[in-house]
Amino acid sequence: MARAALMDFDKALELFEPVIGLEVHVELNTTTKMFSSAPNPANSAFHDAAPNTLITPVCLGLPGSLPVVNEQAIRSSISLGLALGCSIAESSRFARKNYFYPDLAKNYQISQYDEPIAFDGEVEVELENGRIFQVPIERAHMEEDAGKLTHIGGATGRIQGAEYSLVDYNRAGVPLVEIVTRPIFGAEADAPALASAYVSIIRDIALSLGISEARMERGNLRCDANVSLRPRGAEKLGTRTETKNVNSFRSIERAVRYEIQRQAAILADGGSITQETRHWHEDTGTTSAGRPKSDADDYRYFPEPDLLPVVPSPELIEQLRAELPEPPAARRRRLKAEWGFTDIDFQGVVNSNLLVEVTETVAAGATPAAARKWWTGELARIANAQNVDAASLASPAHVAELAGLVEAGTLTDRLARQVLEGVIAGEGSPQQIVDARGLAVVSDDSALIAAIDQALASQPDVLEKIRDGKVQAAGAVIGAVMKAMQGKADAARVRELVLERATAQ
Amino acid sequence: MSEITAEQVAHLANLARIALTEEEIAHLTTELGQIMQAVEKVSEVATPDVPPTSHPIPLQNVFRADVVGADVLTAEQAVAGAPEADGSRFVVSAILGEEQ
Amino acid sequence: MSEIIRLTAAELGAKIAAGDVSSVEATRAHLDRIAAVDGAVHAFLHVDAEGALAAAADVDRRRAAGEAFGPLAGVPIAVKDVLVTEGMPSTAGSRILEGWIPPYDATPVRLVREAGMIPLGKTNMDEFAMGSSTEHSAYGPTHNPWDLDRIPGGSGGGSAASVAAFEAPLALGSDTGGSIRQPAHVTGTVGVKPTYGAVSRYGSIALASSLDQIGPVTRTVLDAALLQDVIAGHDPHDSTSIAEPWPSMADAVRRADVAGVRIGVVKQLDSDGVQAGVRSRFHEALALLERNGAEIVEIDAPSFEYAIAAYYLILPAEASSNLAKFDSVRFGLRVTPEGGGTVEQVMAATREAGFGPEVKRRIILGTYALSAGYYDAYYGSAQKVRTLVQRDFDAAFAKVDVLATPTAPTTAFKLGEKLDDPLSMYLNDVATIPANLAGVPGISLPAGLAPEDGLPVGIQFLAPARQDARLYNVGGALERLLEAEWGAPLLSRAPDLSSHEMAAAEEGAL
Repeated sequence: MARAALMDFDKALELFEPVIGLEVHVELNTTTKMFSSAPNPANSAFHDAAPNTLITPVCLGLPGSLPVVNEQAIRSSISLGLALGCSIAESSRFARKNYFYPDLAKNYQISQYDEPIAFDGEVEVELENGRIFQVPIERAHMEEDAGKLTHIGGATGRIQGAEYSLVDYNRAGVPLVEIVTRPIFGAEADAPALASAYVSIIRDIALSLGISEARMERGNLRCDANVSLRPRGAEKLGTRTETKNVNSFRSIERAVRYEIQRQAAILADGGSITQETRHWHEDTGTTSAGRPKSDADDYRYFPEPDLLPVVPSPELIEQLRAELPEPPAARRRRLKAEWGFTDIDFQGVVNSNLLVEVTETVAAGATPAAARKWWTGELARIANAQNVDAASLASPAHVAELAGLVEAGTLTDRLARQVLEGVIAGEGSPQQIVDARGLAVVSDDSALIAAIDQALASQPDVLEKIRDGKVQAAGAVIGAVMKAMQGKADAARVRELVLERATAQ
Repeated sequence: MSEITAEQVAHLANLARIALTEEEIAHLTTELGQIMQAVEKVSEVATPDVPPTSHPIPLQNVFRADVVGADVLTAEQAVAGAPEADGSRFVVSAILGEEQ
Repeated sequence: MSEIIRLTAAELGAKIAAGDVSSVEATRAHLDRIAAVDGAVHAFLHVDAEGALAAAADVDRRRAAGEAFGPLAGVPIAVKDVLVTEGMPSTAGSRILEGWIPPYDATPVRLVREAGMIPLGKTNMDEFAMGSSTEHSAYGPTHNPWDLDRIPGGSGGGSAASVAAFEAPLALGSDTGGSIRQPAHVTGTVGVKPTYGAVSRYGSIALASSLDQIGPVTRTVLDAALLQDVIAGHDPHDSTSIAEPWPSMADAVRRADVAGVRIGVVKQLDSDGVQAGVRSRFHEALALLERNGAEIVEIDAPSFEYAIAAYYLILPAEASSNLAKFDSVRFGLRVTPEGGGTVEQVMAATREAGFGPEVKRRIILGTYALSAGYYDAYYGSAQKVRTLVQRDFDAAFAKVDVLATPTAPTTAFKLGEKLDDPLSMYLNDVATIPANLAGVPGISLPAGLAPEDGLPVGIQFLAPARQDARLYNVGGALERLLEAEWGAPLLSRAPDLSSHEMAAAEEGAL
């Protein structure tokens, strides 16, 4: 793949104004699918099912099969619409979007077209630098997911060069809500960060509503980023590209930034942007051209004759509105106060997209400070090194358990980091790893005293200094003891004991 | 409006994924022109004040409870009718041609 | 044995219940008849003799054990191949589904099985129910038992012919624009399209989802009523299924009386365009009803003139989408172009080879009607005409209880006669289509033979949505009055197919 020419980001912004639009797909975690009573793989009870086992005749589009709408999916969609500040349509309906693709069992997707269930909303997004944006929501509509293709043959496992493909329809029919923003102006250099922060807010909302597992790495939350540039002073919007396959918060930011730089280079060179779908490549940090938009994209939408209008009662809407959790911005203000974090500490959590993890870790019993320390410290560092989202590394419950072991003195920070490695490697819960690896702090004073006495005996000059009141000299002995204990000792306790033994002898 | 060209029919055939022969395209171009001329008369009475009807019997809010049904198939049943399967998955030819 | 096959379903059910005939005997008699005459008629695409006899033996055994059954238990039934059947091939008359055995039963099939009825096999039809003659079946046409050189109607020519030829006492059909009623008209049988949503569409291979309806194909109005009582009712698998319970249609037939019933004659469908003999039998039937207390009123339904045009936009549009699933991936035919190809090319080659000319014609037409820039002019306008047709029905039913029309403009035409003239073929449905557009129920029952060609003629009644019982009342009354005049059912005048039976027997001997 030829690497595209890129313009320096700051230079690009001098010449052009970036306009972004975001389409976020949220997989609902209902028990069954959108239009069939097959188990829903986006629900944790049915993760990792064997291929084509979460299937009814409807999921395969078998001749004669008919869709029936899942009531819970409607309720979840209305709740999500309300949380996005949208109006809920008095009447909405489903339509067929017709196109052929082997992962689409009926060769049409049941979606909503001219009458979405929710429209005209607004979401507040606060950036690291304190800027606050109101992101305008055009619509949120319900639709069904497609199946999964696995490409076989060829070198890369990618669609290019594959000899054939395998189709698993487990995911076909998973309920989706697609949230579409209006074009977002004025973000300027913050456009990449805003894109990422917006998706993070959508994730917060979905999680707080309990309607989705909202894990990007599992595809529960997927973002397509539309980017266009217009020359400074121009009225007319530029041609946009739609970047797909952006599967982490970090990639969203990188992909938007990349597209701004790529498009700027082309435009500055007198070229023009092709309206097309582009694919994000995590490994190279680049996008590549997909299918160009063309006449072939004639989806021939028409009202789905097998389904009837959805006309939610005002009572239902008000009931769901009353059950809404706090809006994310208000919630953030409350949590910051409750946790007693400084501005910097709290922003650190938010900017790392770890608010949900920290909240859940606190809920699981950790102190706010410990929860923050683990997520924004060690976990964020490892995530950064592995180029993944920290949330995918460990569960809040495990982090809380780890913090508890440190708090109880069972683990030192250093030991805890080793345990965390085990957690990330999937070796089990922190306690299980402590047991299996024998990593607990030696809290038996007699074992420590034996080691200390030996160390003091081998360093008589140090002993002398301590006895003369030069307490800082104890460091050398403590180091030797910790080494002898292979780190499985509490340094503070060792220090206490060293001073005690030195003066006692 | 009823002017239909062979190019249009070929385009429609592509949208509908039917590899029509040249002969079929020629034949359908003539037939479709005649049929469209006959059915176009709907526009004579379909004035803006008339609302469209998509369902003959007006019902609304037909839902099912979010409960796993009794009609879940096994993987064996799922692929039983497939022209080609590899274990429990369906097999299809390469999606992109070599030139892509 | 041969008198078993001449019994109505109601009579046969009663004899089985009384223990005079076993279900196995009844089933064997019909299987023998199929073996004897279906070579000439070709009503069946698949006969499941083994399965039918096993099911019959099971019903006999359960009845002997004291199990209670409904009036049609043990009675054999033919099933239009548009309905999926677990364990029996289901092709909808198309090459693209040849040999496909579904993993589930259509709801109406499940219901007839649960009622103790015995599915004999699957009946022939125009491919995906697109046609009025059964000539568009990928497996060859069905022949009209009244004249083997003529069409049995369509798309459900197989179901109608199987009943007319005494191969089955009754059958299931599907009606999208007349596919139950028009075959009934040309074969001297009874066909009912219930109210849209009365019978579940789950498991019916969809042609046009907003028009399709499953219904009975029988020799008598009572049999149709008994079968509708079995298959009608709410099905949670079909969102468009009507939730409210239905009154007994059989009771409506048994209490049939037309005294005081107001019958509207649709002016637009009683015209010179109708064959003389069809029209004369129609008016004789109306006169007979009038003599027996019915009131005949002329009704103006101006939008009906636009019904065919709207229908031939809505149907192809919905069909083009419904038939997209036939793509060689999950079921059915796969044709790979020479030297291989991408999945797109395989799909296109499969659909080129697997679909017949009428199916391709309608898919292309429907794709056009839905495509960008044309939607409003075509599909959108057709949906508006649908509103106008409904309004005409509403206005008419404010004045009358039922409407009456000739079921179709002509008697059975010759096989091949209209095959190359799709527009003229489409005009066959002029009187039956409005009911599908509006979702209202319709019945066609025999009105006699046309004097000029001696072929059967049907009369159609239409009732408001959910008022199917009115059709059974008027239909049941007219049938009784006509048979009293004729001295016997119309089908007793159908040619004896025994010469074909002989020929088949000789062939078998060789």
